[in-house]
Amino acid sequence: MSVATATLQNVTEDLANDRRTPRADKTLRRRCSPLASTAEQLRVLAAVPIEQESARVEFDTLTGKLRPAQLEIFQVNVGKLCNMTCRHCHVDAGPDRVDAVMSDEIVDQVIAAIGRTRAHTVDITGGAPELHPRFRDLVEAAVAAGKHVMDRCNLTVLLLPRSKGLIDWFAERKVEVVASLPHYRRPNTDAQRGKGVFDRSIEAMRLLNAAGYGRGAAGRRLTLVSNPAGAFLGASQATAEREWRQSLEREHGVTFDRLFVLNNMPISRFLDWLQQSGNLEAYMQKLVQAFNPAAVAGLMCRNTLSVGWDGRLYDCDFNQMLGLEIALPDGSHISKYDEASWHTRPIVTARHCFGCTAGAGSSCGGQTA
Amino acid sequence: MPGYYNTQHLADFSRIADVQPELGKKFFDYYTSVFADGALTAREKSLIALAVAHAVQCPYCIDAYTQDCQQKGADFEQMTEALHVAVAIRGGASLVHGMQMREQVQKRGM
Repeated sequence: MSVATATLQNVTEDLANDRRTPRADKTLRRRCSPLASTAEQLRVLAAVPIEQESARVEFDTLTGKLRPAQLEIFQVNVGKLCNMTCRHCHVDAGPDRVDAVMSDEIVDQVIAAIGRTRAHTVDITGGAPELHPRFRDLVEAAVAAGKHVMDRCNLTVLLLPRSKGLIDWFAERKVEVVASLPHYRRPNTDAQRGKGVFDRSIEAMRLLNAAGYGRGAAGRRLTLVSNPAGAFLGASQATAEREWRQSLEREHGVTFDRLFVLNNMPISRFLDWLQQSGNLEAYMQKLVQAFNPAAVAGLMCRNTLSVGWDGRLYDCDFNQMLGLEIALPDGSHISKYDEASWHTRPIVTARHCFGCTAGAGSSCGGQTA
Repeated sequence: MPGYYNTQHLADFSRIADVQPELGKKFFDYYTSVFADGALTAREKSLIALAVAHAVQCPYCIDAYTQDCQQKGADFEQMTEALHVAVAIRGGASLVHGMQMREQVQKRGM
């Protein structure tokens, strides 16, 4: 692999020596779990019995409505390397995932494609994307191309010594920080992400607030992203946002600009947890029963291109994690990406898609209905 | 009669309106309105419902509102506090009746 290897090695050494970031779990890959294989995940999902009454909304019936809209979001997943190992992670990210990190060659191809795309936003995710040796190159390239940049941030990464100065660097470039915080109180956050994560997250939010983030300023937007800590759907986004705002300000003196509420996808480590806890069948039933046709129009697969660490292209980050590649005539790689054909592609779906159409809907931009 | 409580009852609850549907509809419409976001949030109402469910010792309601509280974003600590509110009122209601006992004891005793 031709990643700037010396720097990547520095990152992994830092992660190995990091005693302060709490970790909730081990990666499936490290545990040699059968679910480390995407084929096994798809097999497990397909094997879940779903009651006849609900099966009428199998995803195939949607193909008429589920068509590409305008391309708005160019989402780049730079790899699975992360300082954390949350129990619900759909990426199976962790400090040991040096096997899945975007190479220099692919970074350069992505930068070239950002220069050509008509998408208005570049959304950078991972893993913890800030750990990638060329993360700042990607952000600079997107800013230079006039794009709005979103950094999908786990908050605790901002407290690592190597992140010193990063928040101010973001502020200078008007990067939006889209930060994961499962819940506005400690118990559910720590249950999902590791004991002590809540306090470290609040500490990171204080740094962001001090740099002007989360206080209503246009170029300093702090968006929080909530995931349910268990086998249930997300709360109503608008109501939750009010409650979070009041509680976080009153209890911890921190503020944010908006809240996205997502559902958990039944894939990767959340799928493993569903299986281990005996919740898989009931959760799938719940997703299917909560199928909401009104959530379809706003789904991210209609306005997003998802680029994987190896340059492969997908309709969304979840398809990426299941290896379900985009259906483009010239093949699914960034080196051959043709935006004209993106608009005519059929969207690839499987059973996990019920996670995005359940209840109020769920996508990288929050609830969709 | 297979038993007094059956988990399927909860899923089938709406069928109670198969008979006298206009009354059933009025109840369920009212019920839906009660639990909507208002001066109290849906999460706060769900916590109240959870506490009342324990006070009236309704297993259907405990099942339904445990799930509903979680989904509305309440955590275990908040739910347990709500439960203790019900416990305190139930306990307090017994204890405060002791004032009747006390009054009579004091009236008749020397």
